[in-house]
Amino acid sequence: MPGASVFTQQFEVRGRDFANAGRASTAVKEILKEIGVPPATVRRAAIAAYEAEMNVVLYARRGTLELQVSPAEIRLHVWDEGDGIPDIELAMQEGYSTASEEIREMGFGAGMGLPNIRKNADEFRIESVVGQGTELDIRIRL
Amino acid sequence: MTLDEIRRILNCEVLNGDENLNEEVTSGCGADLMSDVLAFARPGTLLLTGLTNVQAVRTADVADIKAIVFVRGKVPDRETVELAKAKGIPLLATRLTMFEACGRLYAAGLRGENESEAAQDAGGVRLHSTV
Ligand SMILES: Nc1ncnc2c1ncn2[C@@H]1O[C@H](COP(=O)(O)OP(=O)(O)OP(=O)(O)O)[C@@H](O)[C@H]1O
Ligand SMILES: [Mg+2]
Repeated sequence: MPGASVFTQQFEVRGRDFANAGRASTAVKEILKEIGVPPATVRRAAIAAYEAEMNVVLYARRGTLELQVSPAEIRLHVWDEGDGIPDIELAMQEGYSTASEEIREMGFGAGMGLPNIRKNADEFRIESVVGQGTELDIRIRL
Repeated sequence: MTLDEIRRILNCEVLNGDENLNEEVTSGCGADLMSDVLAFARPGTLLLTGLTNVQAVRTADVADIKAIVFVRGKVPDRETVELAKAKGIPLLATRLTMFEACGRLYAAGLRGENESEAAQDAGGVRLHSTV
Protein backbone atom coordinates (compact mmCIF):
# COMPACT_ATOMS: atom_id res chain seq x y z
CA MET A 1 0.00 0.00 0.00
CA PRO A 2 1.46 3.39 -0.93
CA GLY A 3 2.53 5.74 1.88
CA ALA A 4 0.87 5.86 5.27
CA SER A 5 -2.44 7.09 3.97
CA VAL A 6 -5.63 5.69 5.42
CA PHE A 7 -8.36 4.66 3.03
CA THR A 8 -11.87 5.16 4.41
CA GLN A 9 -15.25 4.36 2.96
CA GLN A 10 -18.67 4.24 4.57
CA PHE A 11 -21.63 2.11 3.55
CA GLU A 12 -25.18 2.68 4.75
CA VAL A 13 -27.06 -0.49 5.71
CA ARG A 14 -30.84 -0.54 6.04
CA GLY A 15 -32.68 -2.89 8.37
CA ARG A 16 -34.93 -5.49 6.65
CA ASP A 17 -33.59 -4.48 3.23
CA PHE A 18 -32.99 -8.05 2.08
CA ALA A 19 -32.62 -7.21 -1.62
CA ASN A 20 -29.46 -5.21 -0.89
CA ALA A 21 -28.19 -7.21 2.09
CA GLY A 22 -24.58 -8.16 1.56
CA ARG A 23 -23.77 -5.43 -0.95
CA ALA A 24 -21.53 -3.49 1.41
CA SER A 25 -19.47 -6.59 2.19
CA THR A 26 -19.16 -7.49 -1.47
CA ALA A 27 -17.87 -3.95 -2.08
CA VAL A 28 -15.43 -4.27 0.85
CA LYS A 29 -14.10 -7.46 -0.71
CA GLU A 30 -13.66 -5.81 -4.12
CA ILE A 31 -11.82 -2.85 -2.62
CA LEU A 32 -9.43 -4.99 -0.57
CA LYS A 33 -8.70 -7.21 -3.57
CA GLU A 34 -7.98 -4.16 -5.68
CA ILE A 35 -5.63 -2.67 -3.08
CA GLY A 36 -3.64 -5.90 -3.25
CA VAL A 37 -4.43 -7.39 0.18
CA PRO A 38 -3.54 -11.13 0.26
CA PRO A 39 -6.53 -13.37 -0.64
CA ALA A 40 -6.70 -15.15 2.74
CA THR A 41 -6.85 -11.78 4.53
CA VAL A 42 -9.45 -10.46 2.08
CA ARG A 43 -11.55 -13.53 2.83
CA ARG A 44 -11.35 -13.03 6.62
CA ALA A 45 -12.35 -9.37 6.30
CA ALA A 46 -15.17 -10.17 3.87
CA ILE A 47 -16.62 -12.84 6.17
CA ALA A 48 -16.48 -10.54 9.20
CA ALA A 49 -18.05 -7.67 7.23
CA TYR A 50 -20.81 -9.88 5.88
CA GLU A 51 -21.76 -11.30 9.30
CA ALA A 52 -21.82 -7.78 10.76
CA GLU A 53 -23.82 -6.39 7.83
CA MET A 54 -26.38 -9.22 7.99
CA ASN A 55 -26.88 -8.65 11.71
CA VAL A 56 -27.72 -5.00 11.02
CA VAL A 57 -30.16 -6.03 8.28
CA LEU A 58 -31.78 -8.72 10.43
CA TYR A 59 -31.85 -7.09 13.86
CA ALA A 60 -31.45 -3.30 13.59
CA ARG A 61 -33.26 -0.35 11.99
CA ARG A 62 -30.30 1.10 10.22
CA GLY A 63 -26.54 1.10 10.47
CA THR A 64 -23.22 2.16 9.01
CA LEU A 65 -20.32 -0.04 8.01
CA GLU A 66 -17.05 1.81 7.74
CA LEU A 67 -13.98 0.33 6.12
CA GLN A 68 -10.60 1.80 7.04
CA VAL A 69 -7.37 0.51 5.58
CA SER A 70 -3.98 1.63 6.83
CA PRO A 71 -0.60 0.03 6.11
CA ALA A 72 -0.88 -1.79 9.44
CA GLU A 73 -4.45 -3.04 9.51
CA ILE A 74 -7.95 -3.32 8.13
CA ARG A 75 -10.59 -1.86 10.43
CA LEU A 76 -14.29 -2.58 10.09
CA HIS A 77 -16.29 -0.24 12.26
CA VAL A 78 -20.00 -1.03 12.32
CA TRP A 79 -22.60 0.80 14.35
CA ASP A 80 -26.37 0.62 14.26
CA GLU A 81 -29.56 2.06 15.66
CA GLY A 82 -31.73 -0.75 16.95
CA ASP A 83 -32.85 -2.79 19.92
CA GLY A 84 -29.32 -3.61 21.04
CA ILE A 85 -28.16 -6.85 22.69
CA PRO A 86 -29.23 -7.44 26.31
CA ASP A 87 -26.62 -10.14 27.08
CA ILE A 88 -23.49 -9.90 24.93
CA GLU A 89 -21.78 -12.89 26.52
CA LEU A 90 -24.75 -15.04 25.58
CA ALA A 91 -24.96 -13.59 22.07
CA MET A 92 -21.27 -14.43 21.54
CA GLN A 93 -21.87 -18.14 22.20
CA GLU A 94 -21.85 -20.46 19.19
CA GLY A 95 -25.39 -21.51 18.38
CA TYR A 96 -27.18 -18.78 20.34
CA SER A 97 -29.72 -17.01 18.16
CA THR A 98 -33.00 -15.16 18.56
CA ALA A 99 -33.70 -15.48 14.82
CA SER A 100 -37.33 -16.08 13.83
CA GLU A 101 -38.46 -18.90 11.58
CA GLU A 102 -38.67 -16.35 8.77
CA ILE A 103 -35.00 -15.44 9.23
CA ARG A 104 -33.96 -19.10 9.29
CA GLU A 105 -35.78 -19.70 6.03
CA MET A 106 -33.59 -16.99 4.54
CA GLY A 107 -30.48 -18.91 5.57
CA PHE A 108 -29.60 -17.12 8.80
CA GLY A 109 -29.94 -17.82 12.51
CA ALA A 110 -27.27 -20.47 13.08
CA GLY A 111 -25.98 -18.35 15.94
CA MET A 112 -22.54 -18.40 14.34
CA GLY A 113 -22.25 -14.82 13.10
CA LEU A 114 -20.65 -13.10 16.09
CA PRO A 115 -18.36 -16.10 16.81
CA ASN A 116 -17.34 -16.07 13.12
CA ILE A 117 -16.45 -12.39 13.40
CA ARG A 118 -14.32 -13.02 16.49
CA LYS A 119 -12.60 -15.98 14.81
CA ASN A 120 -11.65 -13.95 11.74
CA ALA A 121 -10.53 -10.83 13.62
CA ASP A 122 -7.21 -10.15 15.30
CA GLU A 123 -8.99 -7.73 17.61
CA PHE A 124 -12.71 -7.59 18.25
CA ARG A 125 -14.75 -5.31 20.48
CA ILE A 126 -18.53 -5.25 20.79
CA GLU A 127 -20.64 -2.80 22.76
CA SER A 128 -24.38 -2.52 22.91
CA VAL A 129 -26.96 -0.39 24.66
CA VAL A 130 -30.43 -1.88 24.88
CA GLY A 131 -32.95 0.31 23.11
CA GLN A 132 -30.21 2.28 21.33
CA GLY A 133 -27.92 0.14 19.25
CA THR A 134 -24.80 -1.93 18.80
CA GLU A 135 -21.23 -1.10 17.83
CA LEU A 136 -18.56 -3.46 16.53
CA ASP A 137 -14.86 -2.71 16.14
CA ILE A 138 -13.13 -5.37 14.07
CA ARG A 139 -9.42 -5.24 13.26
CA ILE A 140 -7.39 -7.48 11.00
CA ARG A 141 -3.62 -6.96 10.82
CA LEU A 142 -1.87 -6.60 7.49
CA MET B 1 -13.53 -33.49 -9.06
CA THR B 2 -14.60 -31.29 -11.99
CA LEU B 3 -17.90 -29.44 -12.17
CA ASP B 4 -18.76 -31.46 -15.26
CA GLU B 5 -18.37 -34.73 -13.31
CA ILE B 6 -20.62 -33.28 -10.61
CA ARG B 7 -23.16 -32.26 -13.23
CA ARG B 8 -23.18 -35.83 -14.55
CA ILE B 9 -23.31 -37.57 -11.14
CA LEU B 10 -26.18 -35.39 -9.86
CA ASN B 11 -27.89 -35.06 -13.23
CA CYS B 12 -27.76 -31.27 -12.94
CA GLU B 13 -29.13 -28.48 -15.01
CA VAL B 14 -26.48 -25.75 -15.45
CA LEU B 15 -27.93 -22.33 -14.55
CA ASN B 16 -24.67 -20.42 -14.86
CA GLY B 17 -21.11 -21.18 -15.88
CA ASP B 18 -21.47 -23.56 -18.83
CA GLU B 19 -18.02 -22.46 -19.92
CA ASN B 20 -16.44 -23.24 -16.50
CA LEU B 21 -17.41 -26.92 -16.17
CA ASN B 22 -13.80 -28.07 -16.50
CA GLU B 23 -12.93 -26.31 -13.20
CA GLU B 24 -12.19 -28.42 -10.13
CA VAL B 25 -13.63 -28.35 -6.62
CA THR B 26 -11.44 -29.65 -3.81
CA SER B 27 -14.12 -30.47 -1.22
CA GLY B 28 -17.85 -30.36 -0.55
CA CYS B 29 -20.07 -28.67 2.05
CA GLY B 30 -23.82 -29.07 2.49
CA ALA B 31 -25.74 -26.47 4.51
CA ASP B 32 -28.88 -24.35 4.54
CA LEU B 33 -27.63 -21.85 7.13
CA MET B 34 -25.11 -19.47 5.62
CA SER B 35 -23.13 -18.79 8.79
CA ASP B 36 -22.36 -22.51 8.98
CA VAL B 37 -20.88 -22.21 5.51
CA LEU B 38 -18.87 -19.16 6.57
CA ALA B 39 -17.66 -20.98 9.69
CA PHE B 40 -16.59 -24.25 8.11
CA ALA B 41 -16.23 -24.14 4.34
CA ARG B 42 -12.76 -23.89 2.87
CA PRO B 43 -11.94 -21.80 -0.20
CA GLY B 44 -12.48 -23.71 -3.43
CA THR B 45 -15.22 -25.89 -1.97
CA LEU B 46 -18.53 -26.91 -3.59
CA LEU B 47 -21.62 -25.69 -1.71
CA LEU B 48 -24.73 -27.86 -1.80
CA THR B 49 -27.76 -26.01 -0.46
CA GLY B 50 -31.54 -25.84 -0.46
CA LEU B 51 -31.34 -22.07 -0.07
CA THR B 52 -32.01 -20.41 -3.42
CA ASN B 53 -32.11 -16.72 -2.51
CA VAL B 54 -29.49 -14.14 -3.40
CA GLN B 55 -27.72 -14.65 -0.04
CA ALA B 56 -26.51 -18.08 -1.17
CA VAL B 57 -24.52 -16.39 -3.92
CA ARG B 58 -23.36 -13.54 -1.66
CA THR B 59 -22.13 -16.13 0.84
CA ALA B 60 -20.33 -18.04 -1.89
CA ASP B 61 -18.65 -14.85 -3.05
CA VAL B 62 -17.60 -13.82 0.46
CA ALA B 63 -16.20 -17.27 1.33
CA ASP B 64 -14.48 -18.00 -2.01
CA ILE B 65 -16.83 -20.92 -2.69
CA LYS B 66 -16.12 -22.38 -6.12
CA ALA B 67 -19.65 -23.32 -7.23
CA ILE B 68 -23.16 -23.94 -5.90
CA VAL B 69 -25.47 -26.94 -6.39
CA PHE B 70 -29.11 -26.23 -5.53
CA VAL B 71 -30.81 -29.42 -4.29
CA ARG B 72 -34.43 -30.67 -4.22
CA GLY B 73 -35.27 -29.20 -7.63
CA LYS B 74 -35.39 -25.63 -6.34
CA VAL B 75 -34.12 -22.94 -8.67
CA PRO B 76 -33.14 -19.36 -7.83
CA ASP B 77 -34.77 -16.24 -9.30
CA ARG B 78 -33.20 -14.26 -12.15
CA GLU B 79 -31.57 -11.68 -9.90
CA THR B 80 -29.68 -14.43 -8.07
CA VAL B 81 -28.46 -15.95 -11.34
CA GLU B 82 -27.42 -12.48 -12.55
CA LEU B 83 -25.32 -11.91 -9.41
CA ALA B 84 -23.64 -15.29 -9.89
CA LYS B 85 -22.83 -14.31 -13.48
CA ALA B 86 -21.32 -11.04 -12.32
CA LYS B 87 -19.26 -12.82 -9.66
CA GLY B 88 -18.25 -15.73 -11.87
CA ILE B 89 -19.81 -18.41 -9.66
CA PRO B 90 -21.16 -21.47 -11.53
CA LEU B 91 -24.68 -22.57 -10.49
CA LEU B 92 -26.06 -26.08 -10.92
CA ALA B 93 -29.46 -27.49 -9.95
CA THR B 94 -30.40 -31.10 -9.17
CA ARG B 95 -33.72 -32.73 -8.32
CA LEU B 96 -31.98 -34.93 -5.73
CA THR B 97 -32.37 -34.28 -1.99
CA MET B 98 -29.46 -32.94 0.07
CA PHE B 99 -28.79 -36.40 1.54
CA GLU B 100 -28.84 -38.15 -1.82
CA ALA B 101 -26.71 -35.49 -3.55
CA CYS B 102 -24.04 -35.45 -0.80
CA GLY B 103 -24.05 -39.26 -0.68
CA ARG B 104 -23.49 -39.65 -4.40
CA LEU B 105 -20.62 -37.16 -4.45
CA TYR B 106 -19.01 -38.79 -1.42
CA ALA B 107 -19.32 -42.21 -3.04
CA ALA B 108 -17.66 -40.77 -6.13
CA GLY B 109 -14.69 -39.63 -4.04
CA LEU B 110 -15.42 -36.03 -3.06
CA ARG B 111 -14.56 -35.28 0.57
CA GLY B 112 -15.50 -32.60 3.08
CA GLU B 113 -13.87 -30.52 5.76
CA ASN B 114 -11.30 -32.23 7.96
CA GLU B 115 -12.29 -34.17 11.08
CA SER B 116 -11.27 -31.49 13.58
CA GLU B 117 -13.50 -28.93 11.94
CA ALA B 118 -16.30 -31.46 11.54
CA ALA B 119 -16.15 -32.17 15.27
CA GLN B 120 -17.05 -28.55 15.96
CA ASP B 121 -20.04 -28.79 13.68
CA ALA B 122 -22.93 -26.76 15.05
CA GLY B 123 -25.51 -27.80 12.46
CA GLY B 124 -25.73 -28.23 8.70
CA VAL B 125 -24.93 -31.43 6.86
CA ARG B 126 -21.24 -31.87 6.22
CA LEU B 127 -19.19 -34.43 4.39
CA HIS B 128 -16.50 -35.82 6.64
CA SER B 129 -13.04 -36.75 5.53
CA THR B 130 -10.47 -39.11 6.97
CA VAL B 131 -7.74 -38.24 4.50
N1 LIG C 1 -26.70 -5.65 15.55
C1 LIG C 1 -27.48 -6.34 16.38
N2 LIG C 1 -28.56 -5.73 16.98
C2 LIG C 1 -29.35 -6.44 17.82
N3 LIG C 1 -29.18 -7.74 18.13
C3 LIG C 1 -28.14 -8.38 17.56
C4 LIG C 1 -27.25 -7.73 16.66
N4 LIG C 1 -26.31 -8.62 16.28
C5 LIG C 1 -26.60 -9.77 16.91
N5 LIG C 1 -27.70 -9.64 17.69
C6 LIG C 1 -28.28 -10.69 18.56
O1 LIG C 1 -27.28 -11.64 18.85
C7 LIG C 1 -27.70 -12.95 18.43
C8 LIG C 1 -26.51 -13.73 17.94
O2 LIG C 1 -25.97 -13.11 16.77
P1 LIG C 1 -25.14 -14.01 15.73
O3 LIG C 1 -24.79 -13.16 14.56
O4 LIG C 1 -24.01 -14.67 16.45
O5 LIG C 1 -26.16 -15.16 15.30
P2 LIG C 1 -27.48 -15.02 14.39
O6 LIG C 1 -27.45 -13.74 13.64
O7 LIG C 1 -28.66 -15.29 15.24
O8 LIG C 1 -27.28 -16.24 13.37
P3 LIG C 1 -26.20 -16.31 12.17
O9 LIG C 1 -25.30 -15.12 12.31
O10 LIG C 1 -25.48 -17.60 12.38
O11 LIG C 1 -27.00 -16.26 10.93
C9 LIG C 1 -28.75 -12.69 17.37
O12 LIG C 1 -29.66 -13.78 17.24
C10 LIG C 1 -29.44 -11.43 17.92
O13 LIG C 1 -30.34 -11.76 18.95
MG1 LIG D 1 -25.74 -13.13 12.60
